[in-house]
Amino acid sequence: MTTATDVHAHDDHHEHHPAGIMRWLTTTNHKDIGTMYLTFSLIMFLVGGMMILGVRAELFKPGLQLMRPEFFNQLIGVHALVMIFAALMPAATGFANWLLPLQLGAPDMALPRLNNWGFWLLPPAAILLTLPFTLALFGIGDGAVATGWTLYAPLSVQGGLGVDFAIFSIHLLGISSVLGSINIIVTIFNMRAPGMTLMKMPLFAWGWLITAFLLIATIPVLAGAVTMLLTDRHFGTHFFDAAGGGDPILFQHLFWFFGHPEVYILLLPVWGFIPHILSAFTRKPVYGYKAQVYSFWAIGILSVVVWAHHFLTVGMPVPALLYFMYSTMSISLPLAVLFFCWIANMWKGSMSFETPMLFATGWIILFGIGGLTGLVLADVAADAQYHHSYFVVAHFHYTLFAGGIMGVMAGVYFWLPKMTGRMYNEKLGKLHFWLTAIAFNMTFIPQFFLGLAGMPRRIPDYALQFADFNMISSISAFVLGLSQLLFVYNIVSCVRGHGEKAADKPWEGAEGLEWTLSSPPPYHSFTEQPVIK
Amino acid sequence: MAFKQYQQSGAALMLALWSLAAHAEMRWNFPKPVTPMAEDTLHVHNKFMIIIMVIFLVVLGIMIYSIFNHRKSKGHTPSQFTGPTTRSQVIWTLVPFAILLYIDFILMGIPAYHSVVMMEDTKNGADMVLKVTGMQWRWQYEYMDGDAKGIKYVSNLKTPQDEIDGKAEKNPDYLLEVDNPLVLPVGKKVRVLLTANDVIHTWWVPQFGTARDAIPGFLRETWIKIEEPGTYKGQCKELCGKGHGFMPVVVNAVSEADYKKWVEAKKTELEAASAGADKQWSKEDLIAHGKEVYEKNCAVCHQADGKGIPGTFPALAGSKIINAPIFDKDGKLMTDSHLDRVFNGKNVMPAWKGILNDVDIASVVTFERNSFGNSMGDMVQPAQVKALR
Repeated sequence: MTTATDVHAHDDHHEHHPAGIMRWLTTTNHKDIGTMYLTFSLIMFLVGGMMILGVRAELFKPGLQLMRPEFFNQLIGVHALVMIFAALMPAATGFANWLLPLQLGAPDMALPRLNNWGFWLLPPAAILLTLPFTLALFGIGDGAVATGWTLYAPLSVQGGLGVDFAIFSIHLLGISSVLGSINIIVTIFNMRAPGMTLMKMPLFAWGWLITAFLLIATIPVLAGAVTMLLTDRHFGTHFFDAAGGGDPILFQHLFWFFGHPEVYILLLPVWGFIPHILSAFTRKPVYGYKAQVYSFWAIGILSVVVWAHHFLTVGMPVPALLYFMYSTMSISLPLAVLFFCWIANMWKGSMSFETPMLFATGWIILFGIGGLTGLVLADVAADAQYHHSYFVVAHFHYTLFAGGIMGVMAGVYFWLPKMTGRMYNEKLGKLHFWLTAIAFNMTFIPQFFLGLAGMPRRIPDYALQFADFNMISSISAFVLGLSQLLFVYNIVSCVRGHGEKAADKPWEGAEGLEWTLSSPPPYHSFTEQPVIK
Repeated sequence: MAFKQYQQSGAALMLALWSLAAHAEMRWNFPKPVTPMAEDTLHVHNKFMIIIMVIFLVVLGIMIYSIFNHRKSKGHTPSQFTGPTTRSQVIWTLVPFAILLYIDFILMGIPAYHSVVMMEDTKNGADMVLKVTGMQWRWQYEYMDGDAKGIKYVSNLKTPQDEIDGKAEKNPDYLLEVDNPLVLPVGKKVRVLLTANDVIHTWWVPQFGTARDAIPGFLRETWIKIEEPGTYKGQCKELCGKGHGFMPVVVNAVSEADYKKWVEAKKTELEAASAGADKQWSKEDLIAHGKEVYEKNCAVCHQADGKGIPGTFPALAGSKIINAPIFDKDGKLMTDSHLDRVFNGKNVMPAWKGILNDVDIASVVTFERNSFGNSMGDMVQPAQVKALR
């Protein structure tokens, strides 16, 4: 037995950092890492968007015009995985990195090296996910994962090498999320400014705290499920094969035990920063702080006990159906408390509608549609009709595009002046909002009707009766996609230092420690801890 | 090519938008229900939609009122309240909560409960049992009892590939037409058992208000009772691979008397088909029949030209399995031979013994051995296939 001697090389580079690419590869600074997360997220948002525009182009009219069904199936699945794991989740983590130290009065995140590793796992994961598209061009394999993002066995057991690539990609993304979550929990518990008790903490930190716990609880279950899938595919196990004593539905239970909390993992950070924006532009303090915190907790806990409403048509015993129906409906109660608080925050305020506020207001309305249609979907009997139809597609885009991405956009416009020290172009910002909101509704309202009329999701070609709505939806999707270029333009011009210089507190009603720092903030945020009274 | 199509569809779009209001194809709600379950579902759905629209409009109304009146530009000074302070404010915050509790668990919860119980009551008073088997990418129907017991056949998409590829005008039933529709009597409660051969499928006819997964290795059940004669159409709605969009469900609901006639006719047809197994077939007849069987069942994966899809579905042209003997010296079926693979399947290749009859299997094997450049020259007689069962 040998004894290893541990050498502590104490290299102290506090103020100087390498230039060029090495700065970004080796950085442990929360703002640098946050910037990389947000940049990665924006790029993947555009990549995922282009994939779905391919899909909408194919669905523009009946018949197969542009692609074979195999490729269509790859696009829809990879679009979802990219948008969820590579666009929305990194956006939330990017905001956590940027804002938590600023809002909690800390110099940096608690575990900076872990933080660096958490980010640098993402690009390889994204490459793994999309590489099979390229490999197929060279005649290797049959393209990316073609099972939809849900990877249901036995279809995924049957699939090509794209499934294996997706499994390893999910492992990397999962490790990255768990590392990020650990860092956030440790930061929130240990790095708050003196006097900032948990119940004085900004709501964004609360939203992320619950998110982090949900991630740590559920990501390992997903990792386990896809590992079982991997062994079923290559090592002769039969977890999901009835012929060997397994059960295909087991996969769905494991997947959605992760998958439903995942919805709240995507939404809780957004629910966290919306009150900051509302309070700034209503010039009125946050309404019902405690009620919002308790609702976060309630939704976090409920989210892990309702998973089976994602597959009510598999055939379950009546008591199970009733349990999942009523538990799903009960999520509407804490969610209603949140809506009440958001609207009460607006009530009798002194509102002005700059771009962040426009996005926040539109977000409340559109996310409301997502929430209410979710309530209807909980009804087991009618769900037989809604399930896996375009009704569901429209529903979850109201929650994840409107409720997720538009919320993130509100946050971007709100904190961009703080992050870059420059004001974005307000006119273009407003135009971006109106184009996004109108095109989004024009894309997805027709899909509600398509679903009711009986169009299943994930089909590359459809019966003639669905043609008109699909055409409207496709055209609007392209308008929606193109309007995001305004968003990119606004961000890029701020980053490049165009536009007016931003004040330390560019919004009249903004509250919070981050506005006490300069815009952009110093490299190490708070060198002296502020004291909260 | 694609660009030109888009130019054309651009023009079509202008026309479509022009006549949007007058368009009969636009449907805004569930299609007309024809079973008790579908009627119940439509009723519950309409009620719930009204409830959520009322909630939405009331909340939106409050928001819009606030947006227009509590503005800085109108000189509104912000209040500083952060929660209910007086007794009446507390009541005002609890009222919406109470209303929502009532909506969730009474107004919506009670009818939803009854619907669930009704939906799962599959056995009581069932008049007949039907077994539905999903497979890539077709449905098989088997009648389990009564006069029709033993009737078992496969239902395939009938739409020609040219219509899908845009080389021919699309007919009105595009993608919702099959060669052998399911035939059921009206007014009878049918207990439907579902399973699958390969991956998960979902058997769905919107007008029946029922959708249930067909899961390989398990039986699931649901029920339907069609109240009006007619043709009803639906689709698979669980992603099941590349043919997912191309496995429709078509059901002909007919009167009791017509159903009896159909059962007799179908029985005679199936008997005639299986009787062919006992006679000696000529090679030409086998190849001719085999070509039809191939195009209907095999071409979707192995392609019409037998070249397969590299990396996914093996080519039959020049295949090692096809260009090898089937029976050994003693006339026994060799493992992993051509007929063994078709009859028993392997991995993604289904076991066709449960789907096709002896004549179909013998002819398709004979066809494949003598087509796509394969020239084995031999043939398999239906009797030889029958002997394997």
